[in-house]
Amino acid sequence: MTLVLDNVSKVVDGRTHIYPTSLTLEKGTMNVLLGPTLAGKTSLMRLMAGLDKPATGRIVWNGEDVTDRRVQDRNVAMVYQQFVNYPTLSVWENIASPLKVARRPRAEIDAAVKKTAALMKLDGLLDRKPLELSGGQQQRCALARALVKDAGLVLLDEPLANLDYKLREELRAEIPRIFEESGAIFVYATTEPEEALLLGGNTATLWEGRVTQFGRTPDVYRRPADAVTARVFSDPPMNFLKIAKAGDRLLFGEGQSVPALGALGALKDGRYLAGFRPNHLELEPPHPGCLAFPAVLSETEITGSETYVHIDHGGERWVGLVHGVRALEHGRALTVHVDPAHVYVFEEDGALAAPASYALAA
Amino acid sequence: MAQAAVVRAQGATLARTSAAAGPRVKTSAVVMTLYLVFLLLPIYWLFNMSLKDNSEILSSFSLWPQEPTLDNYRTILTDASWYMGYVNSMIYVVMNTVISVTVALPAAYAFSRYRFMGDKHLFFWLLTNRMAPPAVFALPFFQLYSAVGLFDTHIAVALAHCLFNVPLAVWILEGFMRGVPKEIDETAYIDGYSFPRFFVKIFMPLIASGIGVAAFFAFMFSWVELLLSRTLTSVDAKPIAATMTRTVSASGLDWGVLAAAGILTIVPGALVIWFVRNYIAKGFALGRV
Repeated sequence: MTLVLDNVSKVVDGRTHIYPTSLTLEKGTMNVLLGPTLAGKTSLMRLMAGLDKPATGRIVWNGEDVTDRRVQDRNVAMVYQQFVNYPTLSVWENIASPLKVARRPRAEIDAAVKKTAALMKLDGLLDRKPLELSGGQQQRCALARALVKDAGLVLLDEPLANLDYKLREELRAEIPRIFEESGAIFVYATTEPEEALLLGGNTATLWEGRVTQFGRTPDVYRRPADAVTARVFSDPPMNFLKIAKAGDRLLFGEGQSVPALGALGALKDGRYLAGFRPNHLELEPPHPGCLAFPAVLSETEITGSETYVHIDHGGERWVGLVHGVRALEHGRALTVHVDPAHVYVFEEDGALAAPASYALAA
Repeated sequence: MAQAAVVRAQGATLARTSAAAGPRVKTSAVVMTLYLVFLLLPIYWLFNMSLKDNSEILSSFSLWPQEPTLDNYRTILTDASWYMGYVNSMIYVVMNTVISVTVALPAAYAFSRYRFMGDKHLFFWLLTNRMAPPAVFALPFFQLYSAVGLFDTHIAVALAHCLFNVPLAVWILEGFMRGVPKEIDETAYIDGYSFPRFFVKIFMPLIASGIGVAAFFAFMFSWVELLLSRTLTSVDAKPIAATMTRTVSASGLDWGVLAAAGILTIVPGALVIWFVRNYIAKGFALGRV
């Protein structure tokens, strides 16, 4: 069982929502579509489901061209970000509906519904109407309806985005388990890099209608193919700095420079874009041999055990994530430190020139 | 329930105030009573007349019947020329209601779900059909139906009333349908529902109250419309309203029977309104609240 998108694109009213995209999703894989709002995650999913027709390209399911096949005849299930259930039907009827349409025997339907409901912890609620359930239960009901169908392709479009924090964590822990049991191709859209890392599997990063990279999730995280992927797959986004390599020094800003340490020393002379993740920005040098940058503190956000520091360096706004509560004075000049092992170097056009050396070791 | 409790509480407050400071409360109660009397007076007077005989109606002024009689009602319920008026009216009103809702359902679905060329103009144009007085259409309908042999049939009146009931039903249903998220349609397709099955099994129950309201409005406008129904019928499909306006016998007007007919004409509307009372406001807002 494979789903192949072959040069699929989507154009609405002359505006391109999805640029020609080719992806191959294998049987029994969890595939995360990661990208900010409007990146095209939902559009891509709707193409996979058959709810929209692609402007160009083919969709191949198990070697069969299904591009023009009706959504009813495709073997797919989908869960939306909004909790979509049939309000006039009971939970039991909701979960049973795909099986009823398929005209399965009554006893089989009842057994399948009971089993799925137990899996989604909806046991005692089968007689209720969906609107009499809590948000988490409503979404479980939608998930149950998607699972009971035993579809080969299960599309989850930000299924947890409208849930509160606690429920989200709970359901997120359950989804990989459910996925293991089903053996279907799962596609999971999310805006949160953290969610992609927790779900594992493969990740496709999307940016403005293009898939910038597709591969195993940890690989995409550690070796982003370009600056855009690195920005998408980092929350808060990756910090960037324009640099030039000249001899054994890195030049940046207006005539400032630091020694090119570690792997950075091996770069050819030229202009580059350097990037590092917020959690790698340090307020105290962790060890000698770190790059040091003068900066001005503009804002801090304290989240309990961690502090986000927003700093201005030259014309750039950087964000750092540091442990502990730091009560720092706004507008204060300070020096921030970055281990050269944590620095990704991108060409000026964005392609990766050298991955951070820590990521290669991992 | 809650509203009733609030009203009672207000009443209690008012009563206390009245005990203390008198006149203000009495004013509001008096105004309210006057208003209700003003509204109900014609209906009461009709009812009053329907229980009297002609001589009492014409000869004396009495606030209630001196010798109450049901003769007038008996006349209507036994004389075919009278009760067939009700039967005819009911037939074409029900026909019209069924046709209007059946035709408007798919149209409203299209307007609420698809974008197509000129959809907004067409949608507005539908409503403009309600802006012309029926008299405008009486002549073309009369000539057309006479030519094709539909004159004096129930279906003729039912179809003529579609002219203003279909647009109204489309607008009301579209408002209700717009409140149903499109994702429900798509989920149903993904679940494997064909369009007709989805529409009947999933979608129509979701907008059941809208269908009820649309049917009520179609019923109401068709029931009260006089001009077209009178123009397009003569004997076989003559509606009750036309019968009432033509009842002048050799001995003058038969006041009592006419009054009884009036009371009986109010009843179906009042009955139907009872069933949709909770949705009427939404219906008047064309489903857009």
